[in-house]
Amino acid sequence: MRYLSAPKLVLILALLLPIVILASMGVGTVFIPPSDLISTFSTSILNDTVNPQFKSILLDIRLPRIMLALLVGAVLASCGVVMQGLFRNALADPSLIGVSSGASLGASLVIVATAGTLSVSPLAGLSLVAFGAFTGGFVTTLLVYRVATSTLGTSVATMLLAGIAIGALSGAFNSLLSYFSDNQMLRQISVWQMGNLSGANSTKVILMSAVALCFIVFLPSHIKPLNALLLGESEARHLGINVQQVKRSLILLTALGVGVSVALAGLIGFVGLVVPHIVRLIIGPDHRWLLLASALAGSILLLIADCIARVIVLPAELPTGILTALIGAPFFVALLISQRRTL
Amino acid sequence: MAIQAQNISVHLAGFNLLREIDLSIEPGQVTAVVGPNGAGKSSLLKVLTGELRPTAGEVVINGKALGHWSSRDRANILAVLPQHSELNFPFTASEVVALGRIPHQTGYKKDQQIINDALQLVDADYLQKRLYTEMSGGEKQRVQLARVLVQIWNPSPLGQQFLVLDEPTSAFDLSHQLMTLKIVKNLAAKGIGVLMVLHDLNLASRCADNLVVLNQGAIAAQGSPEDVLSESLVNSVFGVKAVISNHPVSHTPMVIT
Repeated sequence: MRYLSAPKLVLILALLLPIVILASMGVGTVFIPPSDLISTFSTSILNDTVNPQFKSILLDIRLPRIMLALLVGAVLASCGVVMQGLFRNALADPSLIGVSSGASLGASLVIVATAGTLSVSPLAGLSLVAFGAFTGGFVTTLLVYRVATSTLGTSVATMLLAGIAIGALSGAFNSLLSYFSDNQMLRQISVWQMGNLSGANSTKVILMSAVALCFIVFLPSHIKPLNALLLGESEARHLGINVQQVKRSLILLTALGVGVSVALAGLIGFVGLVVPHIVRLIIGPDHRWLLLASALAGSILLLIADCIARVIVLPAELPTGILTALIGAPFFVALLISQRRTL
Repeated sequence: MAIQAQNISVHLAGFNLLREIDLSIEPGQVTAVVGPNGAGKSSLLKVLTGELRPTAGEVVINGKALGHWSSRDRANILAVLPQHSELNFPFTASEVVALGRIPHQTGYKKDQQIINDALQLVDADYLQKRLYTEMSGGEKQRVQLARVLVQIWNPSPLGQQFLVLDEPTSAFDLSHQLMTLKIVKNLAAKGIGVLMVLHDLNLASRCADNLVVLNQGAIAAQGSPEDVLSESLVNSVFGVKAVISNHPVSHTPMVIT
């Protein structure tokens, strides 16, 4: 049975999103009441009579951070949907194709190589670590894809195994690097791996928007192929789908999405695995709605997690990645239990 | 126009899966393939539907080599139902059947009408809103049958249409087996070429216009069931001593063991 019709869920999420955005504008080390929020935005364009501190917090710090959370959440959740569809497994996760572990290794390599003194690369304010993470993630995915592709096409089963093997390999190298790191490097590596949105700036937001735009352009034409693929690869082929081409472009798109997300925000687990799963339990597996609803839900989950991360240990803040799991996991377990009852 | 297998051979890993097969699936006819386990029935189906490339020989559909069809065009004239389904996502029956309309662009309303008609045809209209993952084996198989039926529901401008079914009745009870025979006969009467792999010789005998007996990768006999089914053939191919009789009503040959 289904809990909600798909358009209804999309409507609810679409109404919820602006509320969550507005709320997360207000919360943080400095609390900004809703009345000031509105006046700041409405008057900042016309004149400068508003509280300059509020204005700077809102426009320079919170707005980019919220935009980044929104985009990363949506992209990670969409990647999860795509991977689960491609692998025909509701428990697949973007990290399955090795992108997360590869990104970790890339980031650690850079942190150790720069000996803990992190400089900002000339590449438009993007840190070297982000560059390392993206390269690591992308190279690992290509490697996994290569291992699983023969003249007969790409075997998703082999890809799953290759992803586990190459993930373990990069995990081992990662541990090796950690073992030889000093305390400061170790702390940097582990904080990076927890995932954090606090470094958001307009460059990161623009970069992430470009990735999200790729998703918006390419995913709609892949809705029918993804639905057909759930039947099985040969069935999809008999329905006129060019399966190999679809697999290739979806894997590349996922590697790009997760690679850039991880590079800009660190390892934010759980969104890609659990959001699509929960949404599918509610509205069913039709990708026409699943992709849209999951993207919205991913944004909302990451925004809420980031809000809590900002205020839970005031005046300090927690890495966001910890919160996504802390919120998502119990909700997921509750859903599983309630589903078990209906069966 | 037909699906023509011209001198097909398949060698894989040192085995001759198929040897010099010449076969024509004619529109308006039901072609049934029978044979013992490992005779090459599934390999033959895979070759005919483009899943497996033959080592030698060629498959031609409506006068054009199989490899020259674009996947989209081919999906408009050839629907294939594999023996096993991997689907384990909770689509409703209607949603599963709707997947069969992917190659067509007839619009939502028309598609829904076709989907409902198809579900009714396979006696599954009561399943419409039920989840595929919660259905019985026979119900799943009927829904999948409806899915391939909607794929070739209307005639295509691209030529004669074909339906390939790999043991479509394996999970069916008696009434649904007969229902399948009726559906297949009706399709043939509408001009569609049907190719079926069947295990039950009597079922094959009752519906086939052309009965193909496959043994060790080669065609042991083909023709009308009356011509093909003989006690010596059943003995040499299946290794079973059987008596061939006539069905009291349909007068088709019956294999009694």
